[in-house]
Amino acid sequence: MFELLEKLCMTPAPSGCEKQIRELIEKEISPYVDSVETDVMGNLIAHKKGNGKKLMFAAHMDEIGVVATCHGEKGQVHIAALGGVDPYASLYQRVRFLNGVEAVLAPDGKADILKTLKMQQLYADVGAKTEEEAKALVPVGEAGVFVGEYTEQNGCIRSKALDDRFGCFVLIETIKRMTKQENDLYFVFTVSEELGLRGAKTAVYNVEPDYAVVLDVTRTGDVPSEDKKALELKKGAIIKVMDRGFIAHSVVRERMVELCEKNGIDYQMGVLTQGATDAGAIHLFGGGVPSGVIAVPTRYIHTPGETVAQSDIENVLALTLAIAEEGIL
Amino acid sequence: MKKKLMHLAAQGGISGDEFLIHDAVKKLLAPYCDMVEADAMGNVVGTIYAKNPDAPKVMLEAHIDGIGLMVSGIDDDGFLSFVPVGGVDSAILPGAEVTVCGTEPLFGVIGAKPPHLQTGGQDEAIKISDMVIDIGLSAEEARQKVTIGDAVCFAETVEQLSKNVLSGKSFDDRAGLISLLICLDKLKGKDLPFTLYILAAVQEEVGLRGAVMASERLAPDCAFCVDVCHGDTPDGGQESIFKLGTGAVISFGPNIHPYLSALAKTVAEAEKIAASYDADGGDTGTDAWAVQIAAEGIPVLLLSIPLRYMHTTVETLHFDDVKAVGNLLAAMLLKLDLEVLSCTFQN
Amino acid sequence: MYLSELTNLSGVSGNENCVRSFIKEKVEPFCDRIEIDSMGNLLAFKKGSKDTEKTLMLCAHMDEVGLIVSRITEEGFLKFKIVGGIDPRVLVSKRVLVGEQKLHGVIGRKAIHLLTADERKQAPKVKELYVDIGAENKKDAEKRVAVGDYIAFASRTVTFGDNLMKAKALDDRVGCSVMLELLKEPCPWNVCFAFTVQEEVGLRGAKVCAKRVKPDLALVLEGTTCSDTPGTDASGVSTRLGRGAALSLIDGTTVYNRELVLKLHKLATDAGIMVQFKQTATGGNDAGAIHLAAGGVPTLSVSVPARYIHSPSSVISLSDYEAVRETARLLIREVDNV
Repeated sequence: MFELLEKLCMTPAPSGCEKQIRELIEKEISPYVDSVETDVMGNLIAHKKGNGKKLMFAAHMDEIGVVATCHGEKGQVHIAALGGVDPYASLYQRVRFLNGVEAVLAPDGKADILKTLKMQQLYADVGAKTEEEAKALVPVGEAGVFVGEYTEQNGCIRSKALDDRFGCFVLIETIKRMTKQENDLYFVFTVSEELGLRGAKTAVYNVEPDYAVVLDVTRTGDVPSEDKKALELKKGAIIKVMDRGFIAHSVVRERMVELCEKNGIDYQMGVLTQGATDAGAIHLFGGGVPSGVIAVPTRYIHTPGETVAQSDIENVLALTLAIAEEGIL
Repeated sequence: MKKKLMHLAAQGGISGDEFLIHDAVKKLLAPYCDMVEADAMGNVVGTIYAKNPDAPKVMLEAHIDGIGLMVSGIDDDGFLSFVPVGGVDSAILPGAEVTVCGTEPLFGVIGAKPPHLQTGGQDEAIKISDMVIDIGLSAEEARQKVTIGDAVCFAETVEQLSKNVLSGKSFDDRAGLISLLICLDKLKGKDLPFTLYILAAVQEEVGLRGAVMASERLAPDCAFCVDVCHGDTPDGGQESIFKLGTGAVISFGPNIHPYLSALAKTVAEAEKIAASYDADGGDTGTDAWAVQIAAEGIPVLLLSIPLRYMHTTVETLHFDDVKAVGNLLAAMLLKLDLEVLSCTFQN
Repeated sequence: MYLSELTNLSGVSGNENCVRSFIKEKVEPFCDRIEIDSMGNLLAFKKGSKDTEKTLMLCAHMDEVGLIVSRITEEGFLKFKIVGGIDPRVLVSKRVLVGEQKLHGVIGRKAIHLLTADERKQAPKVKELYVDIGAENKKDAEKRVAVGDYIAFASRTVTFGDNLMKAKALDDRVGCSVMLELLKEPCPWNVCFAFTVQEEVGLRGAKVCAKRVKPDLALVLEGTTCSDTPGTDASGVSTRLGRGAALSLIDGTTVYNRELVLKLHKLATDAGIMVQFKQTATGGNDAGAIHLAAGGVPTLSVSVPARYIHSPSSVISLSDYEAVRETARLLIREVDNV
C-alpha cells in the first residue's frame, strides 16, 4: 500500500523546484479527475467536479533543502537553506543536488560546532579541488535535498520528506478511492510551503474555495526530550485546533470530529503555538476561507529521519476520504 | 457608555472564540445600524447605508477578541495544561482565575509546580509548561466536560479605581468598540454622504487576521481603526507612552494616510478635543497595518486610547480618552472629504 | 540620466511626494495613461506595438530609508524612529533634512569623552539618539517641526574614482532612473511602469499595485547589497561592483523561475552586456510581493550592486547601472522571446 509513498518521498523537490514531483503526481491522478492544471507558481490543481460548496484540499509538494550560492577557492560549494533547515541536523549529512551531484555538508573553520553553528557556516563538499571544478559540478542556484532512505519497521515509516509527501500521498489515494462526493472538489498540490506558504497564496486565488482542508505533519510530544504528552504517534489523525498560522474554523473542525466518531477513525486534537501550514495562507484569502488541518503525528520533522506511524496515515486517509465523500456542508 | 464598556470587557471571547460575545456586540451595534451581520469568520459588521446607493464607503474598526489561553492537554489527575492565545505575559498567570469554556463554563485557578520541581530557579519566571489549570475535577469528569482545544478566558471583573479610571481585562480593544459607539451616538440624525461600516474584527491578537479578511471583502474607500497604545507608568520610559486622561492619540507614519492624519490634527484643534501625536516608522502593530494593503489599498487612520498594563487582567484606562476618540471620530466624519482624500497623491 | 536629480530628492517611505512629482512630470509625455493609487504608487501605462492583452510590468520603488519624528523633548530635540532597515550604527554624526521645509539638522549623541567605557564598545541605540535642529526649546521647535515629520539623510551626490557614484537613496533611485530612460523603448506587449511606495517597510506598495495590474511578466529593477569589501568571506559576497547587472536566482522573499533567469542571462550575455548572479540567498525586494500577487506572476529581478546600502553614502559603479539599463531594454524589446 505504501509503495507510492516511498516513490513520492524519494522524488526530490526542494522548494521552488518541484517539477519532478509535480509530473509524478499529475501522472498518478490524471485518470481519476476532470482536469489538472499547473498555475504560474507551479501549484498542481486538480478538479473533480461536483455540486455544492467548493472544497479545496491542499498538501505541499516541496521539501526543505539547500541551494548553491557561490563557490570557494578550495572547491567548496557555499549554500543557503531552503526552508527551516536545522544546521545541527544538517552537519555531515549528505545532500543530492537536482543534477545528481552528491555532497556532504561540512563546517567551515569558523564554525563553533558545539555552540553556535549556522547554516552559512556549512559548505557542500562535492569532491572538487578548485573553484572552477566546483562551479562545473554545481552551478549557482542549483538546489538539492537531503539524502534519507525510506524504510518501514514496526508499524513506522521513516524517510526524508514525509513532510509533506504523506499529505500528497493521502490526497492521491483519496482521489483514487473515493466513490461519491457531496462537494465540488479541488485537490491542490502546492509549492514553496517551506519558504512561507507561498504557493498556497496563489493557489487559493486561482481556486476561490468556500472551505479548505490542509494535510500536513505535526510534531509530537511523545519523545523523551519532551514532557508534553498531548500528541503521540499511533494515536490517530491529528485534528488541529490552533498553530502559529491559524485557528481552525469551528464548523470545519467539528465536522471532522463528527466524521471520525461516525466512521470509527482514531483522532487526537492538536493545540500548538508553533508551526504553520498552508492553511495559514489559505484561510485569509478574500473575505476568509473557513479552514481545517488534518495532520499526521511526526517525530523529527525537517530531518532525514522523519518518522510516522502507518496506522496514523491510515486514519488520516480515512478521515480525508470521509470528508471528500460526505462533504463539509 | 462606561457601563457598556465594563459589561463588554468582562465577557469572554478570546481570539478564535469570539462568537461568545457576538450577541453582546450585535446588541450594542443594532440601535445605530440598518443591518448587523456576522460573517463566516466571526467578524461582526454593522452597516449604516447612505441615501445614495452608489455612495462611497467608510469603515470604522475595532477588534473584539482578547488574549487568553487554550487547553492543550488533560493529565491523569484532571489538571489541564494550556498554551497562550495571543501575547500573554506568563508573569500574570500564577494564581489567576479563569473560566474554561467546556461543555459548561468551568471555574479554575492557575497553579504551578512547587518551586523545587520547576525547571528554572526561583529567580526565573515560571514557564507556562510548568503551570496547570486546576478545575477541581477528577480526570474522568474533566475529560467529560473539557476537550483539548477549548478556550480559556480570564475570569476578571472590571473595577472602577476612581471616577473615570477603570481597570479590567480586554479593554484592548473593546474600549475601541465603545469609542465607535460614542462616535455613532454623536452622529445620530446626521445624514452622511457615505455608507458607514462598523467592523468589530476578530483574531487581531493572533495576527491581524479578521481585519484582513473583512476589509478585503468590504473594500471601503477609507478606514478608521481604533486600538490601544501604552499609557504612562513609572517604569515605561517616555517614547510612545501617553499619559492617561490626555485624550486621543493620533498616529503618523507610513501606515497612515497623510490626509487622514492631517485632518485628525486639524479637527482636534478646531473642536478642542484633547489629543496627542505618535509616529511609527512602519508597522503600527494594529489592524491598521493589515487594512492599509487590503483590497486595492485602503487609506487608513489609527486613533489610540492610552492603556496601562496592556495584555494583563488589570488593563487600566481613563474613560475621558475613550470619549475623546469617539468625539474626534465623529467630528472627522463630518469633515471628511473623500474627493480631497483621493487627490492627495495626484499633486 | 536622472540619477543625480533623483538621489537628491527626499522620499522616505510614506512620504514619496517629491520623487513622485518629479517622475510624473517625466513620464507624462510618453505614456497613454497614468494612475496614482490610494497608497501613492504611480502606474504609467503604454500600449504595446502588437495587438495583445499581455502586460509587462517594470517596477522600481521610489521610497528610501529614513527617520520620522516621534517626540519633541522639552529642550527642543527631536526623538525619532527608524523608517525601513537602517543599522543604527550609521546614524551618529550625520546631517539630515527635517520635514517638508527641509530644515537642516544633525543626529547627535553625547561626545566620546562622556561615554563610559562600556558605552564606547556598544552600538548606539536609536532610543539614545536625537536630531538637533538648533531649537531653543520645545515651543521653538514646534514652530517648525511636528510629530510625524519625515527626516531624510542629507547627502551630496558625487561621482568619483573609476566611474563610481556616491549618493544616498541609490536603492532604488537607480531603478527609477533606468525606467525613466526606457520610457520610449518600443515593446510588443503593453507596458506598465510601476513606481512603487513603501518597499522599505515591507514591500507594501508593490503588493497593492501588482494585485491591480496583474501583469503577465514583471521585472523588478533594484539596488542590491554589494559586500565585496575587505574582510567579507567569499560566501558572504552578494555581488561585486563593476561586474555588471546582478540577476537574482533566489533571495529571502522569492525563488525566481530558474529557466526564465537563465534565458535573460543568455540574452544579455549574447548582447555583450556584463551580468553576474547575485550570490547570496538573503534580502528581498518588491518581487517578493509581486510574484505572489493574484494568481501568481512570473517575476525577474535585475539589480545595480550598491556598497554601503541603506546608509547616507551608498556607492555604485555607473557601468553596472548601464548594464542594468541595457538588460532591461533587451527584455522590453525581446519580451516575446523570454
